[in-house]
Amino acid sequence: MRQGDKGTRGQGDEETRSEKRFAICHSPFAIRSILHPPSSILLLALLPLGFLLVFYFYPLASILSLSFAPEGHFSLATLGKLFRTPYYLHTLWFTVWQAALSTILTVGLALPGAYVFARYDFPGKSLVQALTTVPFVLPTIVVALAFSALLGPRGLANLALMRLLGLDRPPLDLQYTLAIILLAHVFYNYTLVLRIVGTYWANLDPRLEEAARMLGASRLRAFRRVTLPLLSPAIGAAALLVFIFCFTSFGVILVLGGPRFATLEVEIYRQTIQYLDLPLAAALSVVQILFTFALMAVYARLQARVTRPLELRPRQVTQRQPRRPRERLVVGANVGLMLVLLVAPLAALVARSLTLSETGGALAFYRQLFENPRGSAFYVPPVAAVRNSLTFALATVALSVTLGLMAATVLTHRPSSPSPPSPPLPLSPSLLDPLFMLPLGTSAVTLGLGYIVALDQPPLNLRTSPLLVVLAHALVALPFVVRSVLPALRSINPRLREAAALLGASPWRVWRKVDLPIVARAVLVGAVFAFTVSMGEFGATSLIARPERPTMPVAIYRFLGRPGAANYGQALAMATLLMLVCTLGFLAIERFRVGEVGGF
Amino acid sequence: MTRLCTFVAVGLLLALAACGPGPAPSPTEVPTPTAPPEPRTVRVMTHDSFDIGEEVLAAFEAQHNAKVEVLQAGDAGVVLNQAILSADNPLADVLYGVDNTLLSRALKAGILDPYNSPLLAHIPDPLELDPQQRALPVDYGDVCLNYDKAWFAGHNLAPPANLEDLVKPEYKSLTVVENPATSSPGLAFLLATIGHFGETGDHAYLDYWAALRENDVLVVEGWEDAYWGQFTYGSKGEGQRPIVVSYASSPPVEVQFAEQPFEEAPTAAVVGDGSCFRQIEFVGILKGAQNRDLAEAWIDFMLGQTFQEDIPLHMFMFPANQDAALPEVFAKFALVPDHPAEVDYAAIETNREAWIEAWTEVVLR
Repeated sequence: MRQGDKGTRGQGDEETRSEKRFAICHSPFAIRSILHPPSSILLLALLPLGFLLVFYFYPLASILSLSFAPEGHFSLATLGKLFRTPYYLHTLWFTVWQAALSTILTVGLALPGAYVFARYDFPGKSLVQALTTVPFVLPTIVVALAFSALLGPRGLANLALMRLLGLDRPPLDLQYTLAIILLAHVFYNYTLVLRIVGTYWANLDPRLEEAARMLGASRLRAFRRVTLPLLSPAIGAAALLVFIFCFTSFGVILVLGGPRFATLEVEIYRQTIQYLDLPLAAALSVVQILFTFALMAVYARLQARVTRPLELRPRQVTQRQPRRPRERLVVGANVGLMLVLLVAPLAALVARSLTLSETGGALAFYRQLFENPRGSAFYVPPVAAVRNSLTFALATVALSVTLGLMAATVLTHRPSSPSPPSPPLPLSPSLLDPLFMLPLGTSAVTLGLGYIVALDQPPLNLRTSPLLVVLAHALVALPFVVRSVLPALRSINPRLREAAALLGASPWRVWRKVDLPIVARAVLVGAVFAFTVSMGEFGATSLIARPERPTMPVAIYRFLGRPGAANYGQALAMATLLMLVCTLGFLAIERFRVGEVGGF
Repeated sequence: MTRLCTFVAVGLLLALAACGPGPAPSPTEVPTPTAPPEPRTVRVMTHDSFDIGEEVLAAFEAQHNAKVEVLQAGDAGVVLNQAILSADNPLADVLYGVDNTLLSRALKAGILDPYNSPLLAHIPDPLELDPQQRALPVDYGDVCLNYDKAWFAGHNLAPPANLEDLVKPEYKSLTVVENPATSSPGLAFLLATIGHFGETGDHAYLDYWAALRENDVLVVEGWEDAYWGQFTYGSKGEGQRPIVVSYASSPPVEVQFAEQPFEEAPTAAVVGDGSCFRQIEFVGILKGAQNRDLAEAWIDFMLGQTFQEDIPLHMFMFPANQDAALPEVFAKFALVPDHPAEVDYAAIETNREAWIEAWTEVVLR
């Protein structure tokens, strides 16, 4: 709503002038209401909001009210108790600061990478970009095995250092430390910053920074005063996602951090599963949700202020080959960091899956995936696992991208006149925006149980339906789509739309011909993340009782659930298959070009 | 643009195809007057480790003209919580997989109906914990220490024979256990120490754990991390702990899933008196089950010889039915403790939180 208020005075003035010109034939407000009639915005808001209402707020409210008022009368005593118990305050504090530290580290490490991906074109770029996203889908226990193959007491890094420095003990001991938690959070989330910021950056006009340099600004000053402010919407969006992801971190803390670390999410899991202390778990969930909401509300206000309309440029114009030695060094260093930080653990896993077999050759475990020697009724043929995973993932992408685009359009909507008729829904973006983020900041354990309690009557009798898997995945994917698309959508100069409308284009046509080509890239970024969310089985689905339709992560867990070298080997083979399918999926999604404009 | 639309459309179609009620029956499948009646469905709610032979399952379905729908959702604790929360409108007809650490919670919640199966006659009395027959024992397995035989042979050290050995100086830094707050074998092992050392006295379980901590015991979150990440044998040499908390059935399972036939198991379980905790898994009919007779048939089937003999190689537990023969690999390589540590199942529910809290205080803080 506040776009163009402050900080964009120059453009604002210009806008007023142009609006005066338009006013000769059309009032500017009239144009805006042609573009987004209030009724159509309301209609557009209805679907994503309805989705949240039915599949998020309703199950959440059901489980929370059951937890807080088991006998019918409502009591918030547990919530009070929570704030008087030092252990829980301590847990909350740890949850916050480890997430903040992880976010700073991730953004700091990935920002140079985003620059390189935005400004340079080099061979193998899309493959590297696809590989950096693979960590996102890997089950934590698999990542733990990969890390220990690299960093463990007998991992490759320690062996190399021991040989290099002539030591007789391994110098690196990261097992069950804060350091490995942070490292894993960077490992998982690097791609968020790389893709969201990189995509936005690629369309920024480099001439702005060049102009500052011509006027005598140093490279650093030009970056700080010109590029960084322009990038801030994308950096903010990515940082927010990373923070919330680390804030609700569960597997990384439990498996890699070990039993001495606990986040709120870990504590919710323990209280629910081990003690069945639903009131305490619900109280912890509420704290988690309130925190996410408050953070989001602050963020949404800030974002609406810093985002300004831009003249975006196609990436063909902004990108070049690294030619000078300095450029090659920058590109090489960043790609090198990605390879060491993100790709090396993946490679270690693949190598293990190929070398572990003592008798059967490199592909022994891959062959075994196709066998069912014990005639198990729950044997998962790999083709079926891949098909199930892909089906869920594509359905999740379709649902979350559709809803996410609607939500983002609603969130960028500006009221059509200075004194708008009060809308029947609280459509203020600073209130709406946080709502779409909440699912990401909500405990999967709590929401999973909410589904059991709430969705048990027709027409919503979905408790054991595979449809629920897609809905739960889409719920988690929605924030990724919204955050990916929103900065790009907000950066569109409204005059483009107004000009199109003046020339007689219908709102639908304006959206298709103006908005969509410009945000298409960002939509694909959102689609990639929706795909990963589903392939990696994020969110409440691990708690959904589902009939036979096992996905690849489910198959990996099954293999790892019992002793035996063959099970270990097949788990690694299946994990490699998961990485392969995801890499191909990312490459395929990126291949989509929208219309003939391309390049955006 | 058009392609994006196509993409979304195709995705939506796929979603519909995947999640709809399935393909419409083709004309040939439409029941004719001579066809057998529509099969009924029995829904079984269970944990992720449930498994069964294809043919065994098919035989039940054919005999009872039934379809078995198995709902798996995480570990036994998660499944029980779901069953309790959906008590008014149950997700399934039968609940399988509640063990003696969770039994009291299940019985107190009143989610199970009694069923006095005739097959209980074939099951030894000590396994039958619920006198009202709401929960019927199906199988059992002992949570025991496992050790890497080759490691101990290579280090000229005698493998541990009982719990007491672990606190001796020569066994320093050799053991990895699971956190009882997050892992079910972890909790079972804590219960073994409680049963063996007792809660009070000069050498109570907490004293033992304090000594174990002194001896550098490693605590990890779950079985997977302990066995694949830290156990020398399971991790193929990357882990550094040759003693791990696992199951008495793990050594035969190692043989079963080995790459090449073993002459003997590469690992062994420590089955000395009082050093293991016996998990017994139960099955019961959920209150509000739709087809009571079919649910009963399923339970009789689970306790019957065919299914019972199928258990070891699919779920790696021991059959409760004493008539069931063990597969060769179990008969040959599995050690079964004669006297596991004893802890009353009702006491587990009462004290679980206090025991885990006390343990956490001593071992982790």
